[in-house]
Amino acid sequence: MIIDKQLNGSELILSLTGRLDTTTAPELEAVIKENIIGVTNLVMDFAGLEYLSSAGLRVILSAQKTMNKQGEMVIRNVNETINEVFEITGFIDILTIE
Amino acid sequence: MKEMSIEATIDNIPTVTAWVDEQLETMDCPMKAQMQIDIAIDELFSNIARYAYNPETGPATVRVEVVENPMAVVITFIDKGIPYDPLKKEDPNTKLPIEERDEGGLGIYMVKKTMDEVTYSYKDGQNILTIKKNI
Repeated sequence: MIIDKQLNGSELILSLTGRLDTTTAPELEAVIKENIIGVTNLVMDFAGLEYLSSAGLRVILSAQKTMNKQGEMVIRNVNETINEVFEITGFIDILTIE
Repeated sequence: MKEMSIEATIDNIPTVTAWVDEQLETMDCPMKAQMQIDIAIDELFSNIARYAYNPETGPATVRVEVVENPMAVVITFIDKGIPYDPLKKEDPNTKLPIEERDEGGLGIYMVKKTMDEVTYSYKDGQNILTIKKNI
C-alpha cells in the first residue's frame, strides 16, 4: 500500500493506493498517529484503494473516534467492494462517505 | 485442484493471496469476487497465523478448486493447530453507536456475509475451514 500524505494547516489528506489489510494497516495507523495532532479535518481518499479487511476497519474506527473529539473525518472515492464492506459491518452509519 | 503449504505467518499473507489470485485468474473469476476472496484470505489466514500455533508458528495448507453447477471457487484452509471453530463466534452488533464499537468478530462476519458458503470441521487433528464463492 502507498500512503500519500498532504498536510495543509489543520487539514490532513491521506490518499491510499493498494490494499488496506493485516500487513498494511499498521502503516496507516502509524501515519495517522504521527500526524493527527492539531488536525481538525481528516480526509481519506480511497480512489486508489482496491479493498480493505477488518484490520483496516480497526484503524478507520480508531481514526473516526479520534476525529469525533477534535473535528471531522471524511472518506472519499469508495469503490463498490469497499462500500459493501462498510454496509455489511454497519460502518456506513458511523462514517462520513462522500 | 491446486494446493500450497506454507508457514502460517502474517508476513506470508501476501504470498498466499498472490498465489490464490494467480489460480483465480485462470478461472476467469470476476474482479469483485476475487477481491472478496482476497479479503477472506486476509481474515482467515491472519487468524491461523495469530492463534493456531500460538506462541509458536506452524504450517498451513491452502487449496483452491473449481466446482460446477453452479460454477464456484472453493478454497480450503487447513492447519494442525489448536481446535478452533471461528464460525461459533457470535456475530458483532453492527448497529451500535461508534463509542461502543470495537473490531471484534468483524473479520469472520464479513467472510460469512460475502461468501456463499463457509464450513468448518476438525478432522485427524486438523482445522479445516472451507469457503465457497459462486462465480
